Amino acid sequence: MAEMWINMGPQHPMTHGLWNLRVKVDGETIVDAEPEVGYLHRGIEKICENRTYPQIIPLADRLCYGSSLTWSHLYCMTVEDLMGVEVPERAEYIRVVTLEMQRLASHLMWLAAYAVDLGMMAGFIYSMRDREVLVDLLQSLSGSRLTYNYPRIGGVAHDLPPNWDREALRACNYIETRLKEYEDLYEGSKIFMMRNVDVGLLTKEDALDLGVTGPPLRASGVRYDMRKDRPYSVYSDLDFEVCSRPEGDCFARYRVRIDEMWESCKIIRQAIQRMPKGKWRTVAPRNAPVGTGLGRVEDPRGEGMMYVVGDGSDKPYRLKIRSPIFITVSAAPSMLVGYKMADVVAIMGGLDMCIGECDR
Amino acid sequence: MNLFQFCNGIIVWLVELVNNLWYWLGDVLPWYFGDFFTGIGDFAGSHGHIVVMTIVLESLMVIIVALINVLNFIWLDRKLSGRIFDFYGPYYVGYRIGGWLQNLADGMKLFVKEIIVPAKADKLGFLLAPVIFVGSSFLILATIPLSPNFGIATNESGEFVTAGVLFAFAAFAIAPFSILLAGWSSNNKFTLIGGMRSAAQMMSYEIPLLLTVASVVLLAGSFSFVGIVDAQHDIWFAIPLFIGLVVFLVCIAAEVEVTPFDLPEAEAELVEGWTTEYSGMRFGLFMMTSYLRGYAGGALATALFLGGWQGPSLIPDEIWFLIKAYTVFVVIEWMRWSLPRVRVDQILELGWKRLLPLAVLNLLIAATFKTMGWFSG
Repeated sequence: MAEMWINMGPQHPMTHGLWNLRVKVDGETIVDAEPEVGYLHRGIEKICENRTYPQIIPLADRLCYGSSLTWSHLYCMTVEDLMGVEVPERAEYIRVVTLEMQRLASHLMWLAAYAVDLGMMAGFIYSMRDREVLVDLLQSLSGSRLTYNYPRIGGVAHDLPPNWDREALRACNYIETRLKEYEDLYEGSKIFMMRNVDVGLLTKEDALDLGVTGPPLRASGVRYDMRKDRPYSVYSDLDFEVCSRPEGDCFARYRVRIDEMWESCKIIRQAIQRMPKGKWRTVAPRNAPVGTGLGRVEDPRGEGMMYVVGDGSDKPYRLKIRSPIFITVSAAPSMLVGYKMADVVAIMGGLDMCIGECDR
Repeated sequence: MNLFQFCNGIIVWLVELVNNLWYWLGDVLPWYFGDFFTGIGDFAGSHGHIVVMTIVLESLMVIIVALINVLNFIWLDRKLSGRIFDFYGPYYVGYRIGGWLQNLADGMKLFVKEIIVPAKADKLGFLLAPVIFVGSSFLILATIPLSPNFGIATNESGEFVTAGVLFAFAAFAIAPFSILLAGWSSNNKFTLIGGMRSAAQMMSYEIPLLLTVASVVLLAGSFSFVGIVDAQHDIWFAIPLFIGLVVFLVCIAAEVEVTPFDLPEAEAELVEGWTTEYSGMRFGLFMMTSYLRGYAGGALATALFLGGWQGPSLIPDEIWFLIKAYTVFVVIEWMRWSLPRVRVDQILELGWKRLLPLAVLNLLIAATFKTMGWFSG
């Protein structure tokens, strides 16, 4: 049969954002693929050079609509490294709790999108409904629902509201019961397993060579998690597992994310129990010294990194953002080739694309 | 009184009423006008024309009943999906009747939308595809009676055609042609793939479907719906032919393209499949017709397996039939909203490797029952 190129995107239900996947199909089988990103480039790195340090925090929120808190936290961490600011311990614990909530919310949103990619509308609605619990908590904490603007250089914006920690523990219990339900719903479904097991294989070697990070890497059998391997904040004090699966297929990616949600609930519980009383913010200097700062975190989608160069003024000389998805998406051709056209949505959905951070 | 006699009565009454006018005009006017009006009266009052007008009225009534059912189905589908998904479903438009008017509002909206024909589309094919799809789908209902007295494929004394089942399934099988035509003529890669998928899927599911129908026909010893339903007087065919019922429902779900098998319009990878380029009321017709086919599938399952209109006579026969057809539809929708979509190679594998052997086994069971003489007829 004749081969043809199909543009899946930039406006296509599969893409979850503004990007283009060109696939070359032979009938229904994919023989070549080529992701094209850059439709959403906003020049955030350049904008940052014209903003003062505190002004960049809400901008960093806009990097990813799925997990905005991770990015503003990463930015604050990087600038603290540059300025040499000590963060109070309570602020670190608050940050960890909110980060793990953000990870839960992000993974739930991924699960919703993944379910609807596979044609399962029920999964979409259930996941989004349960994400609402976490979003409401973060809203009561920070005042907004999507871009929280909560961390500050040298701490967090506010202390926890009254009873917030109890509500957070209740939310953990709720999410855990829901996670059980999801496992039954998805893994109990023969069709879901048919669509996921042995689809989109990514070998360990390929994953390492292509710089894949985050859940796709861990699903290929590499135990690599920034929270364990290069602990930042107070993650070194907390007890949790790095979730990894050896198979490297779509089901492993799904499973790794579900396991991470369980681990996130564990982390939130521990962090709330250990949270000390005290200050939640210190005063950071207005001007940064001449020098560089580096921050690396485990984003829900992979390893996020920021590198900031200070020149003694109140604006960064350069801010470099390393986006996990920008690098992970380059592994798409090696995962897609040889599978059917319907597997495109499963494979690319399993990467959890977020174009905001990818195109910056 | 059956539907034919009912409609015939109406038509005869109407024709007599109007003929009074023609004959009166014929009397009062001079002969060169008068003969003309008297001729019209004779023409309209002749037996053949009264029968033709009766059949047109019958068809109209069946179509109206079908359309009301389709509106109910869309509403039921939305409400049911709301129950499954944790929301209310349509609510505000006609809230006293549970949001039932939402469908009419949506239909109205689709009516006033512009119909866009792609510049490079094949105009004739693009226009013809919805016509064939809608027409053939309404044609399915021609031979399906809701009760011995409510059906249009009868002669004047109310006896049904003997090969109604054959006709219904023949009409059911026209749709892949129009879908392929729609996909091809739209001149779009997504619609082309959708059309091809639809053709492959419907071809592979037609065979087990017809094999299960063959088993029912074998047990009943009749090709007409009335004969088949009468043969289920003692026991519904769903009980001896349970495998057949399951195969039939799966095949019907695949034929009407609901979610585990809606590959031709898989919105995740193929945008909207073969309906991608259709807009406005043409899309509305496609959507309405897919529900109509769901209704036809439910009606066929009811007539072939669930005892048709048989039931305690507290409720009229037609209502019994509709209750069963609605139940089948609800089961299909339940499946639709709670399962993910299968892949194209998996769906063909399921059709050829699982359903076909099961259908043959079902035929074997039916043949065994028949040989043992448990089912007369």
